[in-house]
Amino acid sequence: MNIINLENITKVYQVGSEEVHALDGVSLKIDRNEYVAIMGPSGSGKSTLMNILGCLDTPTSGRYDLKETDVSDMSDNQLAEVRNREIGFVFQTFNLLPRATSFHNVELPLIYAGIGSVRRRELAEKALTSVGLKERMLHKPNELSGGQRQRVAVARALVIGPSIILADEPTGNLDSKTGEDIMSLFYEIYKQGNTIILVTHEEYIANHAKRVIRLLDGKIASDERVADHTVPGRQEK
Amino acid sequence: MRLHLFEWKEGLLISLAAIRANKARSLLTMLGIVIGICSVALMATAINGIDKAFVSGISSLGADNLYIDKYAWFSNEDFFLMRNRKNVSMDQFERFQKLAKLPLAVAPTILSGHKVLFGENYVEGTLTTGTTDGYVRTTNFNFVRGRFFTALESNGARNVAVLGSEVAAHLFERQDPLAKEVKIDGIPFRVVGVLEKQGSNLLGNFNPDNQVYMPIGTVFKYFRRDRDTVTIVVRAPSTQMIAATKEEAIGMMRRVRGLMYDEKDDFSVNTQEGLTENYNQVVGVIKIVGLFITGLSLLVGAIGIMNIMFVSVKERTREIGIRKAIGAKRRTIMGQFLTEAALICLIGGLVGLLLAIGLSMVINKFLPTSVQLNTVFLAISISLLTGIVSGLAPAWTAAKMDPVEALRYE
Repeated sequence: MNIINLENITKVYQVGSEEVHALDGVSLKIDRNEYVAIMGPSGSGKSTLMNILGCLDTPTSGRYDLKETDVSDMSDNQLAEVRNREIGFVFQTFNLLPRATSFHNVELPLIYAGIGSVRRRELAEKALTSVGLKERMLHKPNELSGGQRQRVAVARALVIGPSIILADEPTGNLDSKTGEDIMSLFYEIYKQGNTIILVTHEEYIANHAKRVIRLLDGKIASDERVADHTVPGRQEK
Repeated sequence: MRLHLFEWKEGLLISLAAIRANKARSLLTMLGIVIGICSVALMATAINGIDKAFVSGISSLGADNLYIDKYAWFSNEDFFLMRNRKNVSMDQFERFQKLAKLPLAVAPTILSGHKVLFGENYVEGTLTTGTTDGYVRTTNFNFVRGRFFTALESNGARNVAVLGSEVAAHLFERQDPLAKEVKIDGIPFRVVGVLEKQGSNLLGNFNPDNQVYMPIGTVFKYFRRDRDTVTIVVRAPSTQMIAATKEEAIGMMRRVRGLMYDEKDDFSVNTQEGLTENYNQVVGVIKIVGLFITGLSLLVGAIGIMNIMFVSVKERTREIGIRKAIGAKRRTIMGQFLTEAALICLIGGLVGLLLAIGLSMVINKFLPTSVQLNTVFLAISISLLTGIVSGLAPAWTAAKMDPVEALRYE
């Protein structure tokens, strides 16, 4: 089953009197439990694609089916619900709420989903344990290192059990050692059967993925499976 | 509905955290609301005090009373035409008293002003009511000392006087006034009673506290040899019976004064309603203007809240973006900021209210009053409403933010 199905997606921005085609007819299918990297130089449209995939934005034309539901024409509130239930975001700048504890940050999507406090606590603790930060549950972001912050963000992305994890340059603000740690965390998550979409411009980060899609000028330039194709996650199913 | 409750509770916690994070700013913003609510509550309290004083003044005079007089008290009728009416005489009063069946009590009154003296102390221009023993039953007087004068004293036109509490306090600083001899315009009178304090400042000299009462015959004997027109006080048996009592009074007075069926009334039956109407007209304007002016200070506070909420929304653009990205709906964001504005106002309102309660105790020294329960509810609802109204525009700005833009905001 295709978890994501993009058909001829375009996104046009009006900049002054000029029309900018950020995406120009992108069609793309992504299966459940794939590990996809989206690459491209700046201005290639990868941020726009990531915003559309993440239901933060809607395409100018074309059709986007997420879990066989058309989301291309949804209202703000419907999209918020889809983001809440189906998509886990991991950002380059972590984007945690600065005044809230790790626990509260991880709990937040569950609050918006309307889950009761007992169940929330259970799920948030489980997610924080899975990223190895159970002990830092009551620390605020400014009391954590960059790597730890990103782990909290990963826990927040995972906590509700979304269909896709969408990571936008997740190692961009980390040193290479910590970056590697985060990447192995992603690999683990992938092995557990999750679908991961990684947006990056670093070749060595993209190499962690099993499929690399390259964008250029709003179009897909290449879409290839990575050679060593032993996917342990598949066997677990 | 559970969903809403979570979001609301969550919003409340977030708001508290946000208020705490910006203590100085929140406090200064609150100050506007504190002052606004305090002044509105004080205004309401002062108005309440004036109303209460008026009502207690009226009721000390007897709220169900009618006054049959040559003159209409509250009307636009030509004074000089009324002047030409026949006087209401004591004879007429006596015939009226026999004819009228409905009233609880009737009494004639005539007013004059005199110097009342005891020893070194005196009160100049004291309003003196000359009346009969029946008068006390048209009032709600209570006595701290003694009694009202009796029928015997009244009919015999004795030199006896009943003192209002203020008059007594002035003349007799520490002594017991009862059975003492006071000089009224030089003529000796025996004090037979002292009234309990009525406490209303609104009636001025008409306040029983500042008056002296004596038999009407005595007044005629010494002070009003002209035997001018008297005012007949008629007490209706109940508030419901005022209209019927008035009807009867008009009919009987027409008989007493020998009016033909086609002649107009040559007297007026005045009610306290006229006094109340007059009061409401004057004080009503003061109330509206007062509440409007104090309302302005609340408006200034509200603008402050709106301003600070706009700043807060702008500052937290990124936070709004994050919340939207992980699934907060417009309603949730809107609720969060509305709750914050409402909370600031509510806290400010409560502080303002406490301040008003404290200040009302000071006001109480001059005008007996206190913050009423409905004022408390009013102040709390107004402060909540102010928060919601002034938070509306900023909250809406936050709610409709584009998550992509918001996340990009530095």
